[in-house]
Amino acid sequence: MKSTWRWTSGTAVGLLTQPALAEYGYNLQQPASQVAHDVFQLHNLIMLVCAGIFVVVFGAMFYALIKHRKSAGHPAAHFHENTTVEIIWTVIPFIILMGMAYPAAKVVIDMKDTSNPDLTIKVTGYQWKWGYDYLNEDISFYSTLATPRAQITGAAPKGENYLLEVDEPVVVPVGKRVRMLITANDVLHAWWVPALGAKQDAIPGFIRDIWFKADAVGTYRGQCVELCGKDHGFMPIVVEVVSQADYEAWVAGKKSAAKRAEADNTREFSVAELVERGQKVYESNCAACHQADGKGLAGSFPAISGSKVATGPIADHIALVLNGRPGTAMAAFAKQLSDADIAAVVTYQRNAWDNKTGDRVQPADIASARGGAKVAAASAAQ
Amino acid sequence: MSDAVHAHEDHGHHAHPSGIMRWLTTTNHKDIGTLYLWFSLIMLFSAGSMALMIRAELFQPGLQLTQPDFFNQLTTMHGLIMIFGVIMPAFSGFANWQVPLMLGAPDMAFPRMNNWAFWILPVAAILLLSSFVLPGGAVAGGWTMYPPLYIQGGISYDLTILAVHIMGLSSIMGSINIITTILNMRAPGLTLMKMPLFVWTWLITAYLLIATMPVLAGAVTMLLTDRNFGTHFFNAAGGGDPVMFQHIFWFFAHPEVYILILPAFGIVSQVIPTFSRKPLFGYASMVYATASIAILSFIVWAHHMFTVGMPVAAQLFFMLSTMLIAVPTGVKVFNWTATMWKGSLTFETPMLFAIAFVCLFTIGGFSGLVLAIAPVDIQLHDTYYVVAHFHYVLVSGALFSIFAGIYYWLPKWTGHMYDERLGKWHFWLSVIGMNIVFFPMHFLGLAGMPRRIPDYSLQFTEFNQIATVGAFMFGFSQLIFLVVVLKAIRGGVKAPAQVWEGAEGLEWTVPSPAPYHTFVTAPVVK
Repeated sequence: MKSTWRWTSGTAVGLLTQPALAEYGYNLQQPASQVAHDVFQLHNLIMLVCAGIFVVVFGAMFYALIKHRKSAGHPAAHFHENTTVEIIWTVIPFIILMGMAYPAAKVVIDMKDTSNPDLTIKVTGYQWKWGYDYLNEDISFYSTLATPRAQITGAAPKGENYLLEVDEPVVVPVGKRVRMLITANDVLHAWWVPALGAKQDAIPGFIRDIWFKADAVGTYRGQCVELCGKDHGFMPIVVEVVSQADYEAWVAGKKSAAKRAEADNTREFSVAELVERGQKVYESNCAACHQADGKGLAGSFPAISGSKVATGPIADHIALVLNGRPGTAMAAFAKQLSDADIAAVVTYQRNAWDNKTGDRVQPADIASARGGAKVAAASAAQ
Repeated sequence: MSDAVHAHEDHGHHAHPSGIMRWLTTTNHKDIGTLYLWFSLIMLFSAGSMALMIRAELFQPGLQLTQPDFFNQLTTMHGLIMIFGVIMPAFSGFANWQVPLMLGAPDMAFPRMNNWAFWILPVAAILLLSSFVLPGGAVAGGWTMYPPLYIQGGISYDLTILAVHIMGLSSIMGSINIITTILNMRAPGLTLMKMPLFVWTWLITAYLLIATMPVLAGAVTMLLTDRNFGTHFFNAAGGGDPVMFQHIFWFFAHPEVYILILPAFGIVSQVIPTFSRKPLFGYASMVYATASIAILSFIVWAHHMFTVGMPVAAQLFFMLSTMLIAVPTGVKVFNWTATMWKGSLTFETPMLFAIAFVCLFTIGGFSGLVLAIAPVDIQLHDTYYVVAHFHYVLVSGALFSIFAGIYYWLPKWTGHMYDERLGKWHFWLSVIGMNIVFFPMHFLGLAGMPRRIPDYSLQFTEFNQIATVGAFMFGFSQLIFLVVVLKAIRGGVKAPAQVWEGAEGLEWTVPSPAPYHTFVTAPVVK
């Protein structure tokens, strides 16, 4: 039945396009969860009904256009109302609509039931990356676009997963009910993985939830779908669905990486180490706005190269990175980056481009700048 | 009804300024109608060229022509200008020209306010367009102006809010004028249920405008104070709620989409009977269907927000109420089809555009029904499917009906027949181009391409290339339209009073071109 629907609606739309495009999808992505399956079938059902109505109504209309032409000598009739047919064509569509509403309502109710999850992950949208916190496992990390800038500007050939690849995918076990708590840190974003049938706006200050249960092991890709500023098109989502055993191995690996990162926050670094690490942090967190050359974008994003902040007092520079600048796209990185990462990126900025200050900032300086606050959960990514 | 013709002989008694001052100070409904239509055409070319820049960037993956920030400015301004600068003023132009002519009234009820309502529009347009050269560029937060993104921007965001206020003011003044004219200035004997359907649709549209424009004004005023005066209406950290903006905004903007389509229904309901040589089928049910659509439009706004995380009950309510709109809309399509049935059809350019309107608007209606189903909408929300849907409704719906109306009444306005051959070229290139642009977007949306992105992953390439080719074809064929209009103004075959064989209504009782002053003595309708 399912395949009949797909075949019929696919054919209906396929007739209107060229056969050369045969390998391209004309329908929703191959579903990989119960909700996505339901949506797929609902869509096919509605398309079928629409196609039927279209053929009947426009069949009649085109018959009139061909047969009732003046040039074919057809005289004009004079009727202009008929209460019976008008009632019929009000009532029949109403009944058809109720027939569609019933299965749709069942899916709505199912989609909204987020109870009894096996696993809960909090997702936070940032300009422009995703943060993930595994609430039961104490794992936290950020997920940013992994496609190199050179591919975007056309300086390098584009890879297979161009713009749909991240440095740190979300990993979940197959066949488990996963509940996603979704929020945002700055502006609206929306978390969407089409094959899993999961989409939810991320709203700063509020938490919403959705659920999915993946059918099969695999990699599922999606993107942010709410306009969130300049790099809206550059914040993909990758969900790796793995077996329970692989998931447990991944959790263990993440935890030991977190311990190593924690240790970094109390270490002393050399300038070279800081600059090397800082450059990586800069590229994944700062370069989108301030540009790889530190020159920013005139009118929108200030330059760091030669700026008063990056050549002035270190404390002000650290405070800006920690707290952001309210009312602008400059985010507060206090919660997003570890002490070691902030120390590294500040050091890098103060030594890169035209800023040859020779300054060095250690993780301990950041810890004291935080005012003795608890050191943020280390980013396991770095 | 032949009394009507005497009007233009009085013409000489009223000294009115000529040259530029004629247009700046005019209180004549025909002059103001012309001004609206020219303003709309200029804006069409400006917002249209933004669309072509957008499509050029999207011809292939990667960033070639624009940077993401500028791309967002283009999409935002394209939307704002097409809605507030093209479609709405074009319909106001029709209302100004046609409502008094169709009612047998000498002018609009408040001629001086009419002048104001038009002349503040260019001011708003200048505010909007000039923001491209301000620091930080034009607004880039989307035409929907969602906070908190809208709180982040620079000075041009404040200018846009001001421009929206001015455009809303213009619409409200125009609506007051139209309602008063329709209710008080009909020719003796012209009862409400005898009015041409175009007048009916504008009467209902005018009420929608008066009901919703203040809501938009409220929403953007709250944005303005959030931006500049430290309020926190939409900031959760201060006790506000960003989603509240969306509720208020869509309470305006959903009726707004009917503001953009109801007058189109009216135009098409004039054109189809004319070229079918048959009266409109189901006049009364057309009026009731239009009113039902208008009323329903106030209880469906949250179907734009199925992904914000509403409770189950709210989702079901908004899903069901949205689906209901398909019933009166279907009635209209059936009535148009029944009007053509057993007619004596001819296919002049206005009729071609009207038929294309019915077919393609229905495709937009079907995709609207797909989007009404909440679980499917959640998948398709903010993807290219939505872009395809609303362009089928607004390009092949609103814009094509405007073309139909202009071809239909151009001989009455200018006194000359337009060039039928060029008109047909314009039609066929537009209708083919339009489908090439927007049909593939359904597939892009289904496959998962988000809207408002300047760059996309590789599997979306082919459909985007097809769309871009279609966009350039569609865009450049509008130059033919410009030529047709200019040619008809400059000369051509003289048009008789009764331009079309099957046309009925008071406007066809006055000579072509319609004299500067008509119906100084009211005609009597039997």
